[in-house]
Amino acid sequence: MTAISDRQKLAYVNAQAADGRVNLEFETEEGMTLNMGPQHPATHGTLRIVAKLDGEQVIHCEPVMGYMHRGYEKLLEVRTYPQVNTLVNRIDWLGSFTNEVPFILASEKLMGVEAPPRAQWIRTILFELGRIANISLFLGDTALHMGGMTAAFYAFRDREFVLNQIEAVTGGRFHPNFDRIGGLKDDFPKGWIADTKAVMARLRDFCDEIEDLVVGNEIFQARTRGIGIIPGDIAQSYGLSGANLRASGVDWDLRRDVPVGLAWDQCDWTVWTHPDGDSFSRYWVRLQEVREATKIVDQLCDGLPSGPIMAKVPRIIKVPEGEAWVATENPLGEMGYYVVSKGDLGPFRVKIRTASFNNISVIPWVTRGVYVPDVISILASLYFILGDIDR
Amino acid sequence: MSDAPAPETDERRDRLVEVLRSELGDRVVDSLVKPGDDVWVRVATDAWQETGRVLRDALRCNFFDFLSAIDWLPSPFGKSEDSPLDQRPALSTDIVTGYAGGETRFQVFARVTSLPERVSITVKADVPLEDLAVDTWSAIYSGANWHEREIHEMYGIGFRGHPYLAHIYLPGDFEGHPLRKDFPLLARHVKPWPGIVDVEPMPDEGDDAEAEGDAAAEGAE
Repeated sequence: MTAISDRQKLAYVNAQAADGRVNLEFETEEGMTLNMGPQHPATHGTLRIVAKLDGEQVIHCEPVMGYMHRGYEKLLEVRTYPQVNTLVNRIDWLGSFTNEVPFILASEKLMGVEAPPRAQWIRTILFELGRIANISLFLGDTALHMGGMTAAFYAFRDREFVLNQIEAVTGGRFHPNFDRIGGLKDDFPKGWIADTKAVMARLRDFCDEIEDLVVGNEIFQARTRGIGIIPGDIAQSYGLSGANLRASGVDWDLRRDVPVGLAWDQCDWTVWTHPDGDSFSRYWVRLQEVREATKIVDQLCDGLPSGPIMAKVPRIIKVPEGEAWVATENPLGEMGYYVVSKGDLGPFRVKIRTASFNNISVIPWVTRGVYVPDVISILASLYFILGDIDR
Repeated sequence: MSDAPAPETDERRDRLVEVLRSELGDRVVDSLVKPGDDVWVRVATDAWQETGRVLRDALRCNFFDFLSAIDWLPSPFGKSEDSPLDQRPALSTDIVTGYAGGETRFQVFARVTSLPERVSITVKADVPLEDLAVDTWSAIYSGANWHEREIHEMYGIGFRGHPYLAHIYLPGDFEGHPLRKDFPLLARHVKPWPGIVDVEPMPDEGDDAEAEGDAAAEGAE
């Protein structure tokens, strides 16, 4: 049996399943095919996993996506630069402000505009709040996949406070659409900083709670320790980024290593790595990431410079000819925009590099030979947002 | 993006180009280094796979960012924002390529990063229309596998030696290559862009300076 024929069979099963003729299990001559999704709870949306099994072991596992492909790269070609913001908000919908920032930075780079310091600091604060809102949900959600209901409720409860803070500034809980070329739409409202610091203290308590409740839990450890090990070189070759890369022992964080003008270098925080590369370490690294993010927000709130929040930009934004790439360390990993401008009101071509697309491309590799329940643990710990895969 | 003026030369990025030139010879067609910012290198089509190998092995650019393609043909549909009543202005069909040049309508480009050196590089290669394919990178960077599948369905560019070049996003029987510029954005053709109905026309070149003056005046207030 060659690899190609294997894949052809899988493609056949995919087609069958897509037509609704196969629902759950499908007998083939050398094993069983298990179809998870597109509505499986472990898939955060509409990702489908087609796994070929030999008994309880996975022989080959192929993610099937595209159920949410919205064609943003094509749509952005008929948008003006300010209009792009609205669309890209919807890529990673849990940390949406973080989607805007790299695109705005890339446009600013092409225009030679630099946002004033206060705007950069506020951007950084909102960026980190987006990270907390995103990853705190992961912390609860992953526990849910391992059978622990409580953590999910805690996560939703405490995430709400972060969303309230984002809403107080931007007016939007999910899609702030707040970043502008040259600065920001608005400043912080009165009293916001004190409230935010209280919320950050609360989030640190939440992290401690999660540490007690989930990380120390025997069942959780049994389900995640030593499961889905990704070595550092494999992670790099697949372009895994963010916590998935750091959990494989690779010390790389764009916030620290590739400065883009935001205020991360103004405060004191740590990039955590874990040498194990398993599901547990991915969870653990993300937990530390939330802790560090609360520290960053606290410090930036203390040292917020005064001044304008908008640089002088023309009312009609035309971006000079050129190409620019800006990537930032988003909650899910490296997210970047390769913007090609021809000097028009809108971009000529935008390549959106999202973290989840690369992060889950490792699934066929990492699930080879694991047991079925471990697929859930690996999927959950790799952490993806469907909008971030399908764009 | 710092207050310090951009440096005149950039040793780390110059070195990348130098090593590529010494390994590939004159198959490095063009290069552009923006000191302190970024570097672009264009290689010959037949050197595409070897470029990946040199980047990974000789330059230790182990981290795979992305692989993508671009269609340099100006869109024959413009921004698809014209009302049906308007006379559509004649659109240019000249192909003007970007940094590090190019001779063909389609180009593939990829970006990889050397984590220890903290430097990234964008490499490009022309893809001739008569043979719309390049060699695959999927054996060099595992992550390229899915990116090449995406490019294959979106642009119709083939990747020789790719293990499984099936559709990744689009339905299996989808016809056409959506990201090509001559593929119409059907939503805009079925129903005119609603934004065009009520708004004033965009000021043309002459009004631009005035608009900038307004913005400056606002800033002064």
